[in-house]
Amino acid sequence: MQRIGVFVCHCGTNIAATVDVKAVAEALANEPGVIVSQDYQYMCSESGQDLVKAAIKEHNLTGVVVCSCSPRMHENTFRKAAAAAGLNPYLVEIANIREQCSWIHKEIASATEKAIVLGKAAVAKVHLNTPLTAGESPVVKRALVIGGGIAGIQTALDIAEAGFEVDIVEKEPTIGGKMAQIDKTFPTLDCAACILTPKMVEAAQNEKITIHSFSEIADVKGFVGNFTVTIKKKARFVDETKCTGCGLCTEKCPMKKVPNEFNMGLDNRTAVYIPFAQAVPKVATIDPNYCLMLKNGKCGVCSKVCSVGAIDYKQTDRFVEQKYGAIVVATGFNPIKLDKYDEFAYSWCPDVVTSLELERLMNAAGPNGGTLLRPSDKKHPHTIVFVQCVGSRCDDEKGKPYCSKICCMYTAKHAMLIREKYPDTEVYVFYIDVRTPGKNFDEFYRRAVEQYGVHYIKGMVGKVSPKADGKIDVQASDLLSNEQLHIDADMVVLAAAIEPDKTARPLATMLTTQMDTNDFFTEAHPKLRPVESATAGIFLSGACQGPKDIPETVAQASAAAAKAIGLLCKNSITCNPCVAHSDEMMCNGCSSCEKVCPYGAITYQDKEFRMPDRTTAIRRVASVNPAVCQGCGACTVACPSGAMDLNGFSNSQIMSEVDAICK
Amino acid sequence: MQVNENFEPVIVAFCCNWCSYAGADLSGTNRLNYPTNVKIIRVPCSCRVNPMFILRAFQKGADGVIICGCHPGDCHYTSGNYFTRRRITLLYSMLDFLGIERNRTRLEWVSAAEGAKFAAVMNQFTEDVRKLGPNRRLEDLRCRKQ
Amino acid sequence: MQEAMIKRAKELLADGTVNRVLGWKKGEFAYDSTPSVFETAEELERDFVCNDFTQANLSKYLIKESRKEGKILAFLKPCDTYSFNQLLNEHRIIRENVYVIGIPGGPKLDVEKIKAKGISGITGISKDNFTIKIETLYGTESMPFYEAISEKCSNCKSKKHVEYDELVGDEGDILNSKRFDMVEKLENMTSQERFDFWQGELSKCIRCNACRNVCPACTCENCVFDNPKSGIDQKAAADCFEEKMFHIIRAFHVAGRCTDCGECTRVCPQNIPLHLLNRKFIKDINSLYGEFQAGADRTTKCPLTDYDVNDCEPSIVHERGVE
Repeated sequence: MQRIGVFVCHCGTNIAATVDVKAVAEALANEPGVIVSQDYQYMCSESGQDLVKAAIKEHNLTGVVVCSCSPRMHENTFRKAAAAAGLNPYLVEIANIREQCSWIHKEIASATEKAIVLGKAAVAKVHLNTPLTAGESPVVKRALVIGGGIAGIQTALDIAEAGFEVDIVEKEPTIGGKMAQIDKTFPTLDCAACILTPKMVEAAQNEKITIHSFSEIADVKGFVGNFTVTIKKKARFVDETKCTGCGLCTEKCPMKKVPNEFNMGLDNRTAVYIPFAQAVPKVATIDPNYCLMLKNGKCGVCSKVCSVGAIDYKQTDRFVEQKYGAIVVATGFNPIKLDKYDEFAYSWCPDVVTSLELERLMNAAGPNGGTLLRPSDKKHPHTIVFVQCVGSRCDDEKGKPYCSKICCMYTAKHAMLIREKYPDTEVYVFYIDVRTPGKNFDEFYRRAVEQYGVHYIKGMVGKVSPKADGKIDVQASDLLSNEQLHIDADMVVLAAAIEPDKTARPLATMLTTQMDTNDFFTEAHPKLRPVESATAGIFLSGACQGPKDIPETVAQASAAAAKAIGLLCKNSITCNPCVAHSDEMMCNGCSSCEKVCPYGAITYQDKEFRMPDRTTAIRRVASVNPAVCQGCGACTVACPSGAMDLNGFSNSQIMSEVDAICK
Repeated sequence: MQVNENFEPVIVAFCCNWCSYAGADLSGTNRLNYPTNVKIIRVPCSCRVNPMFILRAFQKGADGVIICGCHPGDCHYTSGNYFTRRRITLLYSMLDFLGIERNRTRLEWVSAAEGAKFAAVMNQFTEDVRKLGPNRRLEDLRCRKQ
Repeated sequence: MQEAMIKRAKELLADGTVNRVLGWKKGEFAYDSTPSVFETAEELERDFVCNDFTQANLSKYLIKESRKEGKILAFLKPCDTYSFNQLLNEHRIIRENVYVIGIPGGPKLDVEKIKAKGISGITGISKDNFTIKIETLYGTESMPFYEAISEKCSNCKSKKHVEYDELVGDEGDILNSKRFDMVEKLENMTSQERFDFWQGELSKCIRCNACRNVCPACTCENCVFDNPKSGIDQKAAADCFEEKMFHIIRAFHVAGRCTDCGECTRVCPQNIPLHLLNRKFIKDINSLYGEFQAGADRTTKCPLTDYDVNDCEPSIVHERGVE
């Protein structure tokens, strides 16, 4: 038999002025199961709580209803009070008779009547409340960072700084990411390599950090605090532990005609290669698509010249399994492919380049040793046209609907650098808008226009056509003067939109995290939880969440690290006990619930059951991981059999509230 | 149709904990009036509202049922209200198909900041239901108040 | 056709491919048949039947049968293969334990439509082009074939098998059916007219649960209407609300999963056009969330466990049709 106590709060006059609290207490005293019903001036005060505690002890209550302010205010207060008196905190229900009654109504009779109905609903619900215990789940004190660009490196350094083990998984042979390819950075114009490479070395030397380069995530299992991740270490045919990075093999390799990805294919590398001089780890990698030994079994030069015997043609992919408490995604971005943009002649004119290619052309370690030359004839360009928003802010399916955010600033940087180094070069920038929010950003852009004399023209380039004399005809419209322009350019630079890395989508599936339609990871809350994914224990760092420049990326990387550290500091996590659970005897195993779960908390098992006719049967049934479930209840409605139910908001509890209100 | 001036409809409002329930609290904090007819049931997310609850309310004598949740895209659980939107659209369409008055059911997105909207929606909805009169088409005669 | 099926079934039994055959068993009358499992060639010879009246969708029986020892042969009409596929999607049937032979579909005949002509004492029925000949105790009667076509076949959506191991007869196509015409007609009525229509239909319901029991989408281990904990487990047909609640919830539970096989209406002893509820959901899903046919393939997500951020708002119900 239930023994329920009702406690009606006056909240000074906040409630008592419009609701006859005595009448409410009296009316609720007559509800079934209610054995004590009291009112008090301030139920949330120390003495008010004591009243509740004393009643719980004296009457050996099995449930408590507090008619007071919103549960969003004091539900926790009264739950704690109940727990202190020895009653399970989840046997407390709040009837909101302040915000949702006394404060909105003026007439005492009707407000009192409503307060009684709300109280009855709470009493009806508390009849069906069950004691719940918040579970605990241990936290593995190790973090995984997926992606070794500036975002991943910064996150890993910060986590290691806090004293936790952290692994970086990078799919390329070296960490460094896009920032390693960039020449100078806006708005300070300091060299990217000068600020990035020390961080790369720091990551490599930090004993808390393990770098898995040339590796991918093969599988992710588990949940917050306890992920099991399988890392695929791709065969690089070089023993990482032996290779000293001397580079002799790369000098002697006879296969010298391999497009160099690091220089955006603008020059060639050898089949055995180290991506760039400051690569971390500085270990050679053999490209099996070009290596003569791996392709035809004839060559073996690298093996012969290697003094430490690091070359291993028989190496295969290896799989490493590791447990982690937290995972940070830092998969970054890529410029979109421009092969659909025939109007800009990108596919067939070598002097039409993307901005990232221009970075390499201008870089001292690039194909021309830092001298800006046209790729076609290696001549110095005198007129350069920049085209903004190529594929950004685009309505059709060729491009992306969003603003890529970084192009306005890097184009101003490029224009400025060119005008500074080659004052005889005319630079035109065609733009839709110039977007420069950011510290010292607008000043930077204005310097490009005012001090360096870059020609900014509002308008889009309609057509780029290479001419027989080597010049490129750029046909465009100037929207401000409403003129059609023809510019004889030597080079055209396209600010290609950026998109999330292609590996992000399958990774999101493995991590059961959400993505938007553009394949950017979705944050748990766009304003208040910007570096957490909706899946507990998965954090977001850098451009995988949306276009970002370097300062923003680093800021977000450190924020993600802070969130991950916050999790790793705990020995165990307390789980919200108001989670879904499935009644295995009723579950059909139809998978409807699994499909609506935003957290991947539901899995299926084949279990053996004793059936009513005394046979045994193997049935597929759902089970909910209480550490992962956040208690939204989407599954409970997707479930046709009613096998799935939600603690604290069960079908029968909500129905009993409905009944109490409608009767 | 005869309008009974004294008719006080029973209205059940399901509000999600994170947005609409907080929005309802805010309309209280700002002392914005809406009729006492509206009784709120708190659910974690609008996607917790089972069509059975809505039918149960009508069975037991409710004259109108309204569901309130976070605006699409703002769901605390990222996707809950998108499922709600599909389910409830189909359910309301079905109720309409069965000849249940359209104005007895409603779904509104109310954020935690929209106290004024919450009050306005409840005022409007109560008036709409009051005009329709008592729910007769979807009722359980045995549950009728004596 | 029946002979070819029996021959093939005997072959598969003999070579050990299957150890049982799921088909239809002859009943007492020419128009009677019962879904049944056959284990021997003799049983097949004696009792197996496939004729103009073998309408029953056999796919639901495979939930239990596919979990038994050995492999079972199932004869599935095109519409049944959609149900079969949908059950595979929901992990209800173990595919490896079923050998599916696709057989041509209808149009099948509904004996009630013949009886409705005042014909009784039927002893035999035969077909001659567009006419059916009915032998009765009182002499021979005839009627046009199309007038006796069952409801579920009169608006056939597809003659194509979406899942099978082998086919007997030729493969058909997806048809351009007029199956939503009646739903549309109801939608164009006034709210009061619709209410009166459904009040009239649903008040006939005796809550025999035949629609639920035959439905290949209703496969719950324990139905919510049988579960005392669900809060809606009442069964007595004491009030018209019960029927509405039952049929709305049932239609909602199978929404996005119902393949429109029409079994619910076929078995209803009260002749309630229950398929119209399911078709209303299908029509809404098609128009609001894009064309969807449950069971058509193994990959498309069920529209109710999926969403699009640009989905319409429920207010669309207010905006269209007549109040």
